[in-house]
Amino acid sequence: MDERSKRPHAALLQLRNVQMQFGGVTALKGISYDVPSGIVQAVIGPNGAGKTTLFHCISGLLTPTAGEILFRGLPIGGLPPHRIAGLGISRTFQHVALFKSMTVLENVMIGRHPRTFSGFWSAGLRFPRMRREERRILEEAGHYLEFVGLSGERDLPAGALPLGKQKILEIARALATQPTLLLLDEPAGGLNMRETEELGELILRICETGITVTLVEHDMNLVMEISHRILVIHYGEHLATGTPEEIKDHPAVIEAYLGGG
Amino acid sequence: MTRKDWRIFLLTALLIAAFPWMVQPVKAVSHYVDVMVFAGIFALVCLGVTMLMGYAGQVSMAQAAFFGIGAYTSAILTGRFALDPWLAMPAGASLAALVAWVVGIPALRLKGHYLAMATLGFGVIVHIILNEEVEWTGGPSGMADLPGLHVLGWKLSTELAWYYFVWGTVFLALLFCFHVLHSRVGRALRAIHEEESAAEAMGVPTARYKVQVFVLSAVLAAVAGSLYTHFVTCLNPSSFNLMWSIRFILMVMVGGMQSLWGALLGTVLMTFVGNEWLHVFAEFEILVYGAILLVVALFLPKGLVSLFTRKPIVHNA
Amino acid sequence: MDSFSLGSALLQYTVSGLTIGVIYALVAIGYNIIYNVTEIINFAQGEFVMLGGLFAVFFAQSLHLPIFLAFVAAIGLTGLTGFAMERLVIRRARSSTVLSLIIITIAVSILLKGTAMFWWGKNPYSLPPFSSGRPFIVLGAAIQRQAVWIFAVSAIVVVCLTLFFRRSAYGKAMLASADNPSAARMVGIPVRQMVLLSFTLSAAIGAAAGVSITPISLMEYDRGALLGLKGFGAAVLGGLGQFFGALVAGIVLGLAESFCAGYLSSGYKDAVALVILLLALFFKPEGLFGSREAAKLKRF
Ligand SMILES: Nc1ncnc2c1ncn2[C@@H]1O[C@H](COP(=O)(O)OP(=O)(O)O)[C@@H](O)[C@H]1O
Ligand SMILES: [Mg+2]
Repeated sequence: MDERSKRPHAALLQLRNVQMQFGGVTALKGISYDVPSGIVQAVIGPNGAGKTTLFHCISGLLTPTAGEILFRGLPIGGLPPHRIAGLGISRTFQHVALFKSMTVLENVMIGRHPRTFSGFWSAGLRFPRMRREERRILEEAGHYLEFVGLSGERDLPAGALPLGKQKILEIARALATQPTLLLLDEPAGGLNMRETEELGELILRICETGITVTLVEHDMNLVMEISHRILVIHYGEHLATGTPEEIKDHPAVIEAYLGGG
Repeated sequence: MTRKDWRIFLLTALLIAAFPWMVQPVKAVSHYVDVMVFAGIFALVCLGVTMLMGYAGQVSMAQAAFFGIGAYTSAILTGRFALDPWLAMPAGASLAALVAWVVGIPALRLKGHYLAMATLGFGVIVHIILNEEVEWTGGPSGMADLPGLHVLGWKLSTELAWYYFVWGTVFLALLFCFHVLHSRVGRALRAIHEEESAAEAMGVPTARYKVQVFVLSAVLAAVAGSLYTHFVTCLNPSSFNLMWSIRFILMVMVGGMQSLWGALLGTVLMTFVGNEWLHVFAEFEILVYGAILLVVALFLPKGLVSLFTRKPIVHNA
Repeated sequence: MDSFSLGSALLQYTVSGLTIGVIYALVAIGYNIIYNVTEIINFAQGEFVMLGGLFAVFFAQSLHLPIFLAFVAAIGLTGLTGFAMERLVIRRARSSTVLSLIIITIAVSILLKGTAMFWWGKNPYSLPPFSSGRPFIVLGAAIQRQAVWIFAVSAIVVVCLTLFFRRSAYGKAMLASADNPSAARMVGIPVRQMVLLSFTLSAAIGAAAGVSITPISLMEYDRGALLGLKGFGAAVLGGLGQFFGALVAGIVLGLAESFCAGYLSSGYKDAVALVILLLALFFKPEGLFGSREAAKLKRF
C-alpha cells in the first residue's frame, strides 16, 4: 500500500501559516495553502509580494520564522536544501543560477546528484561500481537534455547559451533530480513570445509525466493558459485562490494589480 | 580523465622520468634533481590546494600548518619514539585529517575574506604551538638527525632514488585527484564554487563536501610533510609559517589554479624560483614574491595555463 | 603584603591589557572603515601599523624632528601609502573575484613588509615616549606616561571618526556608498573617491596606533601580520563595521592577552587573541554587537 492510498486527501505540499521575517521586514505573513498532486499550480502577485521568498522556504534555502511546511505529510521546514532535494522537491531560480563555466551536460549531471552515491574514495580509486554509475549519469543526463530539446548544445559552457536556453537548461537540471514537485521561479522572465509558448508546452509535458509543477510567473497569458489553480499573494499575505477563470474576475486581485501596483 | 589529460599525463610522466638523465651529466645543473625532489613534495601540497581553492573555491591560508602537522608527527614519532616511518606517516595524515575536520566544520561555514582570516588564524596558532612546545618539537631551533626512509627494504639514500619515489607518489595523487574531478564528487565541488545555493538546491550537501575536500587537502599536505621530514632529516618551525601557506597558494596561482596541470607547472616553476633563482636576492626575495603574487593576481588570475587554453565566451545572463 | 602585591599585579596586567587593547581597537577601526565602504578585508592593515611606527622612527631619529611632528608626519606618510595602495592596486582590481582580492591585499602586505625590511633591516627600533617622566604609580601599579597618551590618541580618533561619519557630508556620503554603491552613484556621490578616502583614512589610523605603541613595545618590520590579525579579531568580535564594538572588543582581547601572559604562559599570549578570533568567527561571526539579520546580508 503506498502512502497516497492511505491518505487519499492529503495534498502533496501543505503550507501551514508560513511566516518569514527579515529583521524588520515581514516578507511572508502566514501563508496557508495546499498544493494537490499532479497539477500545474501558479503563484502570482506583484513584485515584492514574497513569491520568491516562499519558494526559498519550500526548497530550504530559507527557514521560515514560523509555521509548518509538509511535503507528502512530512514536515520539511528547516531541513537543509540538499535533503529537501533528496525528498523530491526541485527548483529553478528567478535569476538564472547555472554553473556557468561547466558544460550544459555537466549542469544536468549535477542534477543527478541526489539519486547517485559514489563518494571521494570510490571516485578517486575508480571502483567499477562508480564507473557504472558514472556511465548511467551520463546517459540519463542526455535523456533530460533531449526531453527539453537542448541535446545540440550539450558540450557548450552553460554561460555561453542565450538567456532563453539557460532558463530551459535550469529546468532540465531540476528535472534530473527526479522531483515529485518542481518549483519554477519566473521561468518566462526575459523570454520572447515564441520561447514562452514553447516553455508553456514544456511545462505541460512535465506535468503529464506526473510531476506537480508550481510556478511563479508574471506572464498572465502563460499562467492562464497552463495552470489548473492559482494562488495570489500580496504583501506576504494570501489574497485569493481559485481556477484561472475565478482569479481573472476576482475583485481583490484586480484591486491589488491595478491599485497597489 | 579526458583523452587530452591522458596524453598530457603520459608526456609529463616521460618528461619527469627523463629529467634526471638530462640534467645530471651537466655539472652546473646536476643539483636540479634535488630541487625537483622539493618540487615534488610541494606538488603534493599544491594538488590539495588546487582541489580546495581552484575547484571547490574555498580559501585556505593554513596549508603550511597541515604540512607542519605531518612533518612534526613523523619527526616526533620516528625521532623520539623510534617508530617506523611508514607507521608515523599515516599517523600524521590521520592527525591532520582530524584537525582539518574539527576546524573545517565551523570554518567552512564562512566564506571569502572570513574564511581566509579564520584559516590564517588557525595556521598562526599551529605555528605558535610548534614554537612553544619545546619538549616535543624542539621549539624554534627544531629537530635534527631524523631518520631517512626505506621503501620496500631499500633505503632511499640518493637524491635520484628520492626523486623517483616522490614523483611516483605525486603521479599517484594526481591520478586520484583527476578521477575525483571527473566524477560526481568533482562536479559537485565545481558547482559549489560557481553557485553554492543552486548546488545545495540540486541536492549537493555542500557543507559536507567542503569539509571533505578540506580534509583531502590536509591529508595531502601532511603526507608531503612526512616526506619532507625524512628527506631533509631536520626541521624547524620556519618552514611551516604563514609565508609558506602563501607560497603554496602562489605556486598554484602562477600555474593556474583551475587546472591540476597548472598547479604542477606552477609548483615546479616557483620551486626553482625559490630554491635556485632568487638566491641573488637573499632575504629580500620576499619582495619578489610579493611582486609576483600581485602581478599574477592582477593580470593573470587564471595562471600560466590560461595562456595555452582558449576559453569560450561566457555571457552573464 | 602578599595580597597587596597580588592586587597590584592584577592592576598592572589590567593596565597593560587596556593599553594594548585600545591599540587593537584602532587597528580594528581601520578594518572597519575599509570594510564599510568596500566590503574588502584589507589584509595589509597590520602593515600600516608597522609602517606608522617605523616612519615615526625615521622622522624622529634620522631627521631629528620633535616627536609630535614625527607623529603627524608618520601618519601623513602612511596615509599616503594607503592612498597609493588604492590608486595603484585596488582600483585595478575592481572586477576581481573575492579570492583575487584577498590575494591582492596579501601581496601588498608582503610588499610593504619586504620594503620595510629593505629600509630598516630586521632590528627592532624604539621611539622616545611622547612626554618624558616617571610612570604614575596608582595603587602599586606603574602606569607609563605613554599608556596615557595611547588612551588619549584613541579617544581622539574615536571621537573624530564618530563626528566625521555622523555629522560631515563627506562621512555620510561614505556610509551611503557602502550601503548601496549604485544608488549612491546615482545621487552623485563619487564612490571611487570614497573608496580612496577609506584606504587613506584607514592607513592613517593604523599609523596612529603604530606610532603610539612603538615607545612601549618597539617596532620592527615583521610585526604587522600579528597586529593585523589581532586587530581583525577585535573587528569581528565587535561586529564588523562597528566602531564602538571594535573599541570594547579590542579591550577584551587586550585584557585576555595580558592576563594570559601574566598568569598562564607568555609564550602563548599571542595565541589567546587568535583563539578568541576563531571562536568569534565560528560561533558569533556577527560579533558581540552586530545583529544576526544584518550579518546575513553581508558577504562572509
Ligand atoms: N534576504 C532578504 N533580506 C531582507 N529582505 C528580503 C530578503 N529577501 C527578500 N526580502 C524582502 O521580502 C519581500 C519579498 O521579496 P520576494 O520574495 O523576492 O518578492 P517576489 O519574488 O514576490 O517579487 C521584499 O520586500 C524583499 O525586499
Ligand atoms: Mg521573485
